[in-house]
Amino acid sequence: MPATKDKSNSPIGRETKRIDGPLKVTGNAIYTSDHNFPGMLYAVPVGSTIANGSIAKLDTKDAEKMPGVKGVFHRANIGKLFRVAPNSDYNAFSDEDRPPFEDDVVRYYGQYVAVAVADTFEQATAAAEAVKVTYNEKKPNVDTYLTADSKVKVDSERGDAQKAFDAASIKLDETYVTPAETHNVIELHSSVAVYDGTTFTLYETTQGVMNHRNVLCQVLGVEPEHVKVISKFLGSGFGSKITPWPQSALAAALARKLGKPIKIVLSRKMAFHAAGHRPRTQQRVRISADAGGKLTSIQHDYLNHTSILDDYKENCGECTKYFYSCPNVRITTALSRRNIGTPTSMRGPGAVPGLFATESALDELAIKLKMDPIQLRLINEPEKDEDLNIPFASRNLVDCYKTGAEKFGWAKRDPKIGSMKRDGLTLGWGMAGAGWIAERFSAEATVELRNDGTAKVSTGTQDIGTGTYTVLAQVLADKVGLSLEKCEVVLGDSSLPPGPLSGGSMVTASLIPAVAKAAQKAIGTLLSAAVKTPGAKYFGVDQKEMDYTEGMVHKKDESASAGIPFQQVLDSGNFKFILGKGSSESTFAGKPESSKHSYGAHFVEVTWQEEIARLRVSRVVTVIDAGKIINPKAGRNQIEGAVVMGIGMALFEHTNYEPTKGAPLNSNLADYILAVNADVPDLEVHFLEFENKDLNEYGARGIGEIGLAGLAAAIANAVHHATGIRIRELPIKIEDLLV
Amino acid sequence: MKLFAFEKCSDISDAVKKTSASDTAQQGANIRFVAGGTTLLDLMKLSVETPDTLVDINRLPLDKIETTRDGGIKIGALVRNSDLANHPYVKSHFPVLSEALLSGASAQLRNMATTGGNLLQKTRCVYFRDTAYPCNKREPGSGCPAIEGDNRTLAILGTSDSCIATNPSDMSVALMALEATIVIKGPGGDREVAINDFFLLPGSTPHIENVLKPGDLITHVVVKPMPAGSRSVYLKLRDRASYEFALASAAVIVQVENGKVSRARIAMGGVGTKPWRSLEAEKALSGSAANEANFRKAAEEALRNAKPQSHNKFKIELAKRCVSHALKMATT
Repeated sequence: MPATKDKSNSPIGRETKRIDGPLKVTGNAIYTSDHNFPGMLYAVPVGSTIANGSIAKLDTKDAEKMPGVKGVFHRANIGKLFRVAPNSDYNAFSDEDRPPFEDDVVRYYGQYVAVAVADTFEQATAAAEAVKVTYNEKKPNVDTYLTADSKVKVDSERGDAQKAFDAASIKLDETYVTPAETHNVIELHSSVAVYDGTTFTLYETTQGVMNHRNVLCQVLGVEPEHVKVISKFLGSGFGSKITPWPQSALAAALARKLGKPIKIVLSRKMAFHAAGHRPRTQQRVRISADAGGKLTSIQHDYLNHTSILDDYKENCGECTKYFYSCPNVRITTALSRRNIGTPTSMRGPGAVPGLFATESALDELAIKLKMDPIQLRLINEPEKDEDLNIPFASRNLVDCYKTGAEKFGWAKRDPKIGSMKRDGLTLGWGMAGAGWIAERFSAEATVELRNDGTAKVSTGTQDIGTGTYTVLAQVLADKVGLSLEKCEVVLGDSSLPPGPLSGGSMVTASLIPAVAKAAQKAIGTLLSAAVKTPGAKYFGVDQKEMDYTEGMVHKKDESASAGIPFQQVLDSGNFKFILGKGSSESTFAGKPESSKHSYGAHFVEVTWQEEIARLRVSRVVTVIDAGKIINPKAGRNQIEGAVVMGIGMALFEHTNYEPTKGAPLNSNLADYILAVNADVPDLEVHFLEFENKDLNEYGARGIGEIGLAGLAAAIANAVHHATGIRIRELPIKIEDLLV
Repeated sequence: MKLFAFEKCSDISDAVKKTSASDTAQQGANIRFVAGGTTLLDLMKLSVETPDTLVDINRLPLDKIETTRDGGIKIGALVRNSDLANHPYVKSHFPVLSEALLSGASAQLRNMATTGGNLLQKTRCVYFRDTAYPCNKREPGSGCPAIEGDNRTLAILGTSDSCIATNPSDMSVALMALEATIVIKGPGGDREVAINDFFLLPGSTPHIENVLKPGDLITHVVVKPMPAGSRSVYLKLRDRASYEFALASAAVIVQVENGKVSRARIAMGGVGTKPWRSLEAEKALSGSAANEANFRKAAEEALRNAKPQSHNKFKIELAKRCVSHALKMATT
């Protein structure tokens, strides 16, 4: 049932301004910490100033007497908080499993040991500072050199990699390191909790309202229907808002305890302690090739740090499994425990640090082979997913390389180190490939056709700033054949039909089938209403003869314009709205029939000015194969943003845990260096829109993460081309190049 | 942050009177002037500064830039960094000052920050700014974790066993090269201090950073004109392209006659415990041919006494390249 008959008129693939843009630029978008309620109190956590040890004494007397203070809460008086049962479906999981204040042991710097509550934020802050904590302090372990504290596990294995490596004459054995990075979302983590005696309404800044509800009801020990989570707008998440952090449980517990709404907004510093980070990784890569450049073995052995209690694995070998054709592959993983807060997903978890290692190694191998790095990749392009031994659903990586090379002018590259110059600067040109999973979470949505001639789609997902509101409006507009202005999108509420987590770049792909089915159901019910309403134009007509086109209800044998606007059907039947429900299946269950990924290639130019040791990224061309792009305007914005983040990853970002106390020292935006506007180079983004329909009818896949994958390697490869210096530990610092 | 009284003052002598009772004009003063507040308010929120009283001087008539009879400028202490940087006469006659100001902070901060406040800018040493750590500058005698700790951005010149904190100002580096004079109104009247004498080395008293005493109010900064034919450059090196304190910076003012440097003023930022003027480099350069080899020699002189810490040895070479390249830029 094509709602939009004329393809050229379809909103799918059209450059579309964000429908939530006006709300945001006028300040009318209400973010979590904008919520205020009568009688609301402010809570400020007290963070530990040790990273390892235990609380010997907690003296709250002075703090409790301070102006406006309603109390200081801790293990002895916060009330019971529970743990979350293990979950592998990504719908009720947390990364930091220990509820706040569960015991008196301190395992990372900044761990909450108490929380002060007062009438104002300032009073609560002053009270939190006045809490005197005495610790039994032990030396923390925040060592940056990682060794396995868990059993080394094999992620994937085929052939005999070690044997092939030993036999090879052209080979490489190097270790690559990526540092801990903190997401540094602009909208800080915050929670506003309201408890009415039965039900919690939690205003959160979360990438998963459903997951947040499913976690918090367990932590609070109440039924899911007694917790409602609202998150209408987010100032980004980058993974740091996928699972709840302890401040959320504190706000809810305090709201229940005190019978007043509670607001907690983390400081920037606190967000470095107890709101996740990308863990440090240390990856040994051994690869070998024959004289023609054909890979004979890949070994990728990686470690990442995790917290004392939680097993967070950074899946660095994710792309290694399938990226290249190679008969002998072995990937292993192990964890290294540190007195550091629990790590979490950060944009492109696993693949992003993993590709820094493997795509740097490929560049090094190309140099050993005296071969162009693109040529080496073409030689090793696989015909199928050799890890799972299944065909690729859609893989156009070679096209990405070729298109990128052409747009960038790669043919003019002189491989000799430092040989290319412009305006007195040395140029470095580097490239790397990118890959990211393409899957679907299960998702449900409802579509309403309303008697005012508009339509609405509702689903319990959220827009983390990426453009989900707009993409869903486009899909709805296409499915019901109405203009975008007549399409409302309702998200960010756990009482809506369960929608997907905004993680893994899967929201768009997951929701398209659900919305399509919901729209189809709603239209079916509409047509049924049209023929069943006595006195209406089509009363008594066989429903099979009816059709719906661009808002018009009509008979199949007449033109749409001969029919009636759909709202007339609702009016004559006295319906306020007609609702259809739809759902999508998760693609994680069972053995996959095809290997589904998005791909990309980055081409980077750096400028190097040796006399002042100044390195800048001057130009990036990125080609992305992520299927049909529903909204190229927001899509380009996603990739450009990811590239800028990748510049930060390659050159600036690292969270620096100080060894004596274990604190992240650079826990502010002046000392944690991110790319700023002045660092943004000429950016060029190209999409190759191969519409593979394995995931949905448009052949669309998410693009939130792929833009970051591989970029750091492309920059490091360009730096090597300019300077002859190979940096295997990020970020690439001035001192690394001052030799 | 603790509660404090906020007082306005009617005129300059009232301002001086109100702060004369302070126990010190240095770190930890119980009565403090506040102007732009871009450093002080941050430090109060961090409980690094805990004054009982703030005396708001924003309404004092010290917000003018006047040209002096000799062609120099007299800058009111309350002139905002953005106004000073964008003043046409400053841009044309003291470009090094304008460039230094514009390389610092962000537009929003420069709109608030004042000339007097910039001179008193506090170090960005992470240990100073975090009360969970000891710090000799914040709590005399408590120790210096930076010396064994994270010191990548910290000083290599003018350090002591007590303190290696870097002075973060860009403006002061340019004023050092311009040999500015600081005009101070105190309980005993007006006095003038050469900028090189205004800042103190940390020694065993890193909490005392300058010559100010209770009641002292910086009212003006006076800059003499650069000699005719002088050329100047402010060059700032840092990790990212903007909005970051210097890892190394250089303000140079050079006069070249017949291919020889007849006069040079060389000051460095990001490397010293105070804005660092290098008389040694100036002497080495003076009278020698204006070429890259001699610029490098001067830079070597400037860093001769540099003492690196565990993580900042690279700053020695970086500062040398910075000085030498700034000289090259100023002479070509």
